[in-house]
Amino acid sequence: MARITVTVDGTAYSDDVEPRTLLVHHLREALGLTGTNVGCDTSSCGACTVHVDGQSVKSCTMLAIQADGREVLTIQGLADTWDGAALHPLQQAFHEAHGLQCGYCTPGMIMASLDLLAENPDPSDDEVRHGLEGNLCRCTGYQNIVKAVRAAAVEIRQGSTTEQGVPA
Amino acid sequence: MTVLDDRPAEVGGIGTAPWRKEDAHLVTGQTTWTDNLAPVGTLHMVFVRSTMAHARIGSIDTTEAAGMPNVVAVFTGADFAEECPTLPCAWPVTPDMVHPAHPPIAIGKVRFAGDPVAVVVARDRASAVDAAETVVVDLDPLPAVIDLEQALTDEVVLHEDEGTNKSFFFSMPTGADIDETFAKADVVVKRRFIQQRLLPTPIEPRAVLCIPQAASGDFTLYSATQIPHILRTMLAVVTGTPEHKIRVIAPDVGGGFGAKLQVTGEEVIALLVAKRLGRPVKWTETRSETNLTMHHGRGQIQDIEIAATSEGRLLGLKVDLLADMGAYLMLVTPGVPVLGAFMFPAIYKMDAYRFNCTGVFTTKTPTDAYRGAGRPEATFAIERIMDELADHLGMDPLELRRMNWIRHEEFPYDTVAGLTYDSGNYEAATARAVELFDYDGLRREQEERRQRKDPIQLGIGISTFTEMCGLAPSRVLGQLDYGAGGWEAATVRMLPSGKVQVVTGSSPHGQGHETTLSQITSSALGVPFEDIEVLHGDTQVSPMGLDTYGSRSLVVGGIALHRAAGKVVDKARKLAAHLLEASEDDIEFADGTFSVKGSPDASKSIQELALAIFAAHDYPEDMEPDLTGHAIFDPENFSYPHGTHLCAVEIDTETGRTKIRTYVAVDDVGKVINPQIVEGQIHGGLAQGIAQALYEGVVYDDDGNLVTGTLIDYLVPGAPDLPAFTLDRTETPAANDLGVKGVGEAGTIASTPSVVNAIVDALRPYGVHDVEMPCTPERVWRAMQAGRGGAS
Repeated sequence: MARITVTVDGTAYSDDVEPRTLLVHHLREALGLTGTNVGCDTSSCGACTVHVDGQSVKSCTMLAIQADGREVLTIQGLADTWDGAALHPLQQAFHEAHGLQCGYCTPGMIMASLDLLAENPDPSDDEVRHGLEGNLCRCTGYQNIVKAVRAAAVEIRQGSTTEQGVPA
Repeated sequence: MTVLDDRPAEVGGIGTAPWRKEDAHLVTGQTTWTDNLAPVGTLHMVFVRSTMAHARIGSIDTTEAAGMPNVVAVFTGADFAEECPTLPCAWPVTPDMVHPAHPPIAIGKVRFAGDPVAVVVARDRASAVDAAETVVVDLDPLPAVIDLEQALTDEVVLHEDEGTNKSFFFSMPTGADIDETFAKADVVVKRRFIQQRLLPTPIEPRAVLCIPQAASGDFTLYSATQIPHILRTMLAVVTGTPEHKIRVIAPDVGGGFGAKLQVTGEEVIALLVAKRLGRPVKWTETRSETNLTMHHGRGQIQDIEIAATSEGRLLGLKVDLLADMGAYLMLVTPGVPVLGAFMFPAIYKMDAYRFNCTGVFTTKTPTDAYRGAGRPEATFAIERIMDELADHLGMDPLELRRMNWIRHEEFPYDTVAGLTYDSGNYEAATARAVELFDYDGLRREQEERRQRKDPIQLGIGISTFTEMCGLAPSRVLGQLDYGAGGWEAATVRMLPSGKVQVVTGSSPHGQGHETTLSQITSSALGVPFEDIEVLHGDTQVSPMGLDTYGSRSLVVGGIALHRAAGKVVDKARKLAAHLLEASEDDIEFADGTFSVKGSPDASKSIQELALAIFAAHDYPEDMEPDLTGHAIFDPENFSYPHGTHLCAVEIDTETGRTKIRTYVAVDDVGKVINPQIVEGQIHGGLAQGIAQALYEGVVYDDDGNLVTGTLIDYLVPGAPDLPAFTLDRTETPAANDLGVKGVGEAGTIASTPSVVNAIVDALRPYGVHDVEMPCTPERVWRAMQAGRGGAS
């Protein structure tokens, strides 16, 4: 067992973990943060995507002990990064554009989109598609996901200039 | 912020697109997937699975595992042999179908790689995984049986007590004499098509949690299932547990696509272990287990022969299928190809039809329903051979279809396969698709590219499909020897404050039932969309139902709801007449309000009446104080959505790579409740159908090992692998209360042949007449080389 302290969605958690524990299992099982899902065991599907120190990471590719001393943002803390709103613009856009059906890939898809928009605030359709190639969705055929990400991009750009707050 | 500019101000009723009620908890991670649940004291199961496709089980040594830290128990197949001798198959398609026992944990023999041989139960999952690795299973290998035709030689038999690998032979000759019809035909075209096996791949893996109540003998079983009601009944039947002691809950379920239309060994074992140990028991599969053991889809060899006159009029169709059952028959395994029997004649008129199907056991994962279940396979074969016939006759494939399809004025139409299509307008859908696609322009460009020998060749693929869905009229299912009916139940309950609870027996896993059913209720009762709650997926909350599959939730469940709501309105009308001191005949109902004709001030809203009937101070003597409506709807016919899909592909003739340039889908799903949800269903359906055409295919090696065991080896398309789709609809109302048709499977059924037809169309100058799916760059390139070789 190793002692680690990880800040998740703004709260610091100190736990003893087995060295083999993956970050996603630590989030889900030790911390009870089940908003982040597991969809595969080969880092293919991206359902478990979170942010670590501001960059998207498939949390099944990282050991919990590697997150020691770092800041993790999950889908459950995302809305809090956007001032005063119940939903982050990406969450709102996925909702409005019907960018989800069963919703299982959605937390990972949104967290990957957040990273995509941080790198490219105004992506084309093709750039969104390529930016999300590590995240699988079986329900939507991706068309409305692309639409949602581009709609959120507009909102986030406007939000930034009016100082409503910027996503992590 | 508004994404949809065309969203009307008034949303919530039929035909509008309110944002989904389901989404808020899904986009914020406040979900209840089965794997999120674990009551205090939960034990975790890990299965030890066969590493061989076919072998005799010698000894199973569980001693070390049983002694490992945190391990509570280790069981093998023999431990459950009396409690559950076999998992169920509900569809004996012939009276003499061979239906071998399928124990939830293998006994004596394993018959596919992944067949479970033992289960370890431990206090935590990691301990169970560690212990499972120490179980020593002595397997004495037998030859794998992979090829369907080889299997039928019975040189190696999977189920030795049965003596054969043939499960059934189903034959359906209909219409005129098939041999006479073929004898008088000018033209006969024959093809063999291969329907590769597919992995359904919902992104949420299967999971089950069974919580026992030892004192009362009750069990609460959570499962990532499409079928809580069927599962409850089947668990009772196969384990001997009283049905009323089992409560099944399908909480948030992350996609199904038919793969969660199953009664799995793991669910049965969860219940039996929970019963034995008196503790909550949980199992969540890894993705590798999903690929290995969640039932596969498709898996057919299709020999199809079409007869026509020299002008192109169809005369008859012969279909001979070999259908891969895999190692065992699961819930509806044999019924899947038999459902297809009705769809091969599709939208075309012909005199004679003969369908034969042989079900074959192989040492592979069992097959069963996958999005479309039998109809995609049939639609692929007929739409592909229509193109082959057109090529043979030197006709435009669209012209050949026009010549033979049922014209809109001919509905209702009795097909040669014995169905009655209630409605359709193939001309209208095709005209709209041709217009959106610029069919003539693309044909010209194709010709130009051919002339100049452009390395990028253009192909145009057509699919003018229909399908039968909305499963199903119970009497028809009875005639097909299916073990259950096809009705659906709904209850509408007015709460005292005027809010409305709707209970449906259908069970969603992404389709948006809560939204769509709220819209139907809102339109029927005139109650705001926001005041309606839809309950589902729990056999205690929704005691009657037949769940979600076969595009049935709207066309069966939605109509049940519409009728239940109608009963509420009838009761409320009676109450309104009483309270307004008017005759019932003088009461009008509009926008949720009952008023007296000619006296618009004398009125009561249905929400006010809900409080009045709750108080029950004043109501008619011949009425019970209740505004609840309950209805069971058993449809008289299937639902027949149709449409025309046109696909343009660009093929790089130097690499064999296919790129979809344009995809136009014009679907007719009748009246639409929520256009945004319908569009989403089509998008997702297209993605899965295109995936079969271009990307996906299960691969086994000669020893029966699954090569496509992970999502690295099995190509589920990502966003860059799919095009943007151009959609439109025509609207020919169906002959039912709401005019609606099913939509869940249409996109998948239609799209596969349109893509492959486009690829073959591009390559015809190279002497290519078929490319086996998935049409990978290598296969396309090889087909071109073989075609060239044949031509030179």
